[in-house]
Amino acid sequence: MDTSIKVLIVDDFATMRRILKNILKQIGFKNLVEADDGTTAWEVLEGQKIDLIISDWNMPKMTGLELLKKVRASDSYKTTPFLMVTAEAQKQNVIEAVQAGVSNYVVKPFTAEAISDKLEKILK
Amino acid sequence: MDVRLVNPFINATINVLETMAFVNVNAGKPYVKRDNVAVGDVSGVLGLTGVANGTIAVTFEEKCILTIVSNMFGETMSELNNEIADAVGELTNMISGQARRELEEMGKVFKAAIPSVITGRNHSIIHYSNGPKIAIPFNTDNGEFTIEVCFE
Repeated sequence: MDTSIKVLIVDDFATMRRILKNILKQIGFKNLVEADDGTTAWEVLEGQKIDLIISDWNMPKMTGLELLKKVRASDSYKTTPFLMVTAEAQKQNVIEAVQAGVSNYVVKPFTAEAISDKLEKILK
Repeated sequence: MDVRLVNPFINATINVLETMAFVNVNAGKPYVKRDNVAVGDVSGVLGLTGVANGTIAVTFEEKCILTIVSNMFGETMSELNNEIADAVGELTNMISGQARRELEEMGKVFKAAIPSVITGRNHSIIHYSNGPKIAIPFNTDNGEFTIEVCFE
């Protein structure tokens, strides 16, 4: 797994961004960028090249699903790995995310190993 | 109020705190809460809509939540501040999500709002429905917290 890539972490809760950053740093990722909702995330994506997006679902302004659809509709990011990390894991949520092109899905609460395993799968 | 709605929130609370904060959590005996005064120093409150409308609240004693968030962050947290409030919101969110998955397996589908957080001694927790407020106290090695479940 290439840990030199640039990762965008999107979550409206600073707590979750901090936990994810800690886990990613432990794995070896150093190039981490944050956004606190989908709208801000899109501005980041337009301003710099991001190699992996890790996003929450339930956020104000633009949800993670809306962000995913926007990302998949863009020329620059239509194949960029997109990991949804969310408490929203009812069946309909998962179906919608898969249909929109999510790369993989982690349900909160999660362990560091669960994040690492999913990243191994989508980045190999 | 359908009392079967309560157990998924107890299970979710235990799972979320054990997974994210590595704390052992023991549930006490549920009781019907008669007033709006929080038993904790910081509370997360979240509205739910679906087969029934209601709210859940999670209210923590200061020492308890400081230990929980310290474990989540891997560094010592020593005072109630915005970081603690944010963490309480996210914990409430995760408990809601986990409980709603179990409720969905029972055929009961709910949607959740974004949680709000209240801090301060003797603050009020206002539930949106007029149903009974079922409170479940929990013990940890570093203090107590209580969840409240209230559905119409």
